[in-house]
Amino acid sequence: MNIVACVKQVPDTEALIKVKADGSGIEEGGIKWVMNPYDEFGVEEALKLKEKLGGDVTVVSVGPARTMETIRTALAMGAEKGIHIDDPTLYDADAYSTASALAAAIKEIPYDIIFCGQRAIDGDMGQVGSILADLLDLPQVTIVTKLDVEEGKATAVKPIEGAQLVIDTSLPCVITAQKGLNEPRYASLPGIMKAKKKPVDVKDAAALGISVEPKAKIDKMTPPPDRPPGKIIDGEDPAAKAAEVIRLLREEAKVI
Amino acid sequence: MEEEKMSKGVWIVAEQRDGSLRKVSFELASAARKLADELGDEVGAVLLGSGVEGLAPELGKYGVDKVYVADDAVFEPYTTDAYATAVAKVVKENDPAILLLASSVLGKDLSTRLVGKLATGMASDCVELKIEGGNLIAKRPMYAGKTFGEISVSGSPQMAQLRPNVFPADENAKAGEVVKFDAGVSAADIKAKVAEVQQDTSGKVDLTEAEIIVSGGRGMKGPENYNIIEELADVLGATVGASRAAVDAGWRPQSDQVGQTGKVVSPNLYIACGISGAIQHLAGMSSSKYIVAVNKDPDAPIFAKADYGVVDDLFKVVPELTVAAKKIM
Repeated sequence: MNIVACVKQVPDTEALIKVKADGSGIEEGGIKWVMNPYDEFGVEEALKLKEKLGGDVTVVSVGPARTMETIRTALAMGAEKGIHIDDPTLYDADAYSTASALAAAIKEIPYDIIFCGQRAIDGDMGQVGSILADLLDLPQVTIVTKLDVEEGKATAVKPIEGAQLVIDTSLPCVITAQKGLNEPRYASLPGIMKAKKKPVDVKDAAALGISVEPKAKIDKMTPPPDRPPGKIIDGEDPAAKAAEVIRLLREEAKVI
Repeated sequence: MEEEKMSKGVWIVAEQRDGSLRKVSFELASAARKLADELGDEVGAVLLGSGVEGLAPELGKYGVDKVYVADDAVFEPYTTDAYATAVAKVVKENDPAILLLASSVLGKDLSTRLVGKLATGMASDCVELKIEGGNLIAKRPMYAGKTFGEISVSGSPQMAQLRPNVFPADENAKAGEVVKFDAGVSAADIKAKVAEVQQDTSGKVDLTEAEIIVSGGRGMKGPENYNIIEELADVLGATVGASRAAVDAGWRPQSDQVGQTGKVVSPNLYIACGISGAIQHLAGMSSSKYIVAVNKDPDAPIFAKADYGVVDDLFKVVPELTVAAKKIM
C-alpha cells in the first residue's frame, strides 16, 4: 500500500510566542521547532497501516530549510522517503497555496491513502487536509479518532457534538488525524541513524509546476487582549469564600 | 467589453441537525446581518436537509432575507461530498461576496472543503469581524490564542468560520423568503458515507457549545475525585472538562480535554479547579467570558486570567460552591 503522510514543522506547545514589533509575524529566535502534534498522529497511523498491510510511507512537508529536521524525524519513526517542498513563496503561505503545493507533489507519486493532522498548532487554520482532498478529487474524513483500513476501503470514527459518526469511504482518501487516534512512537536510535541515509527529494515551486497566488493573508498580528485584573476572594472559611463566588457570579457577572 | 461582475451579498450556511437549527446558525445569521447592513447588501442562507424548508422563517427572524433551500433525502445525514457539492453550486450561481460558516465539527469539515471547491481563502475560528474598504477583515486567535491575527481574503467569496458562542444571536426580523434550488447531487456522488451514528447518551452539552464548564486538573489527584466536579456541574447545568495532565494520566477521556491539543472553548463561565494554567491550557479557554480559579498555589498562572480567584484547597471549596449554588439555582 502506498501511504503518504503530510507534516508541518511548528513551534513547540510550550513556546512563548512574541509578535514582531511591526505585527508582521512572530519572533522566531529561541523557538524550539517540532513536528505538529496532530501530524505525529498521522505519521503513526501511516506506520501502523504499513506494518499491517505492507507498503511504504512517504512523508511530505512544505517549509524552509529547518523543515528537513521534521522530515528526518518522520523517517526516524519509520517512514521510507521524504519530499521537502522548499520555496520562499510558500513560507507562511495560505492554506490553499500550501495544499496546492502538496497536491502537485503527491500527484507525481502513487498513493492509496493520505494522512494530515486535523490542524497545525501554529496558524490553527485546519484547512489543508480538506483542500488537498478536493484538489486530488478524493473523499475525506476529517478529525478522525479511529481508523480501520482494508484493501480498497476505510472505516473511520469521527466525533461530532453529542455523537460519533462511523464513516465508510473508498480509497484513495484523505484522513485528518485527531488526538486519540493512536500513541505516536518515539524514534529509536537505530531509526535515527537509518533516517540519515533515507532519500529526501527537495523541490521548489517551479519544479512542481505551480505558481503561488495567495487567497488569504495575515494583515497584522497582535498580542492577545489583556484581561482586566481579577479579584482574589479573601478569607479563611472555604464556605464563606464559595458563597461569595456564587454571589458574584449571580449578581455581578450574571452568568448563573 | 463585458462589465465586471460584482460579487454581492453576505451568505451563511445554516447548520441543522435532526430537523432543528443549531444555535450557531442564529449566531451566523446575526453576524451576517450586521455586515450586510454595513455594506447595504442582503443576507442569504443555504439550508440543506430533508424536510427542512419549514425552518426558513426561524432564520428570517435573525436577519436572513433569502433562504436557499435544497430539500432532499440525499442530505440526511450530513456528508462532506453531498453538502460541499451543493453549497459550491449555489454559491457559484449567485456569487455572494462573503460566506460564513461555523467552527463546529461539521462546519469545519464543510467550510474547508469549500475553500478547495471555490479556490478561495478563509479565516478559521474567528472571534471578530469587520468591514474595511468594502472588504471583510476577520480577527482570530493563532498559536492557540497566544497571538491574534487579522486576516483578509483576496479570493471570492471571502470566507470566514465563526467560533460558536462568541457572536451574539440578535433578533432582527427579515423576510426569510424561501428560494428552492436544484443541488444536482445524487447518492452516487457520495464517496464517504455515514454507516452509523452513535449517539452520546450522556445528554451532556458538548464542551465547545457549553455555556458553563467546570474543569478539573492535576490537583484533582485521581479519577475518583471527579464526583465533586460532576456535582457542581450538575447544579450549574455545566459540562465537565479537564486539563491535559488529567487526560494524559488517564483520569478523564480525551474528549474532555480543554487546551491547545484539545478543545478550544468560549463558555460564559469557566471554573478551573486544581488547574495551574499551563500555556497550552490557557490557550484553550482564555476567551471564556468569566473565569473562576480554585487552586492552593497563589502563584498559579491561572490566577492571572481569573475574574474571581479562590486560593484554597479545592476539596474544601468545590463542595461548598455546590452547596451555595444549590441555594440559588
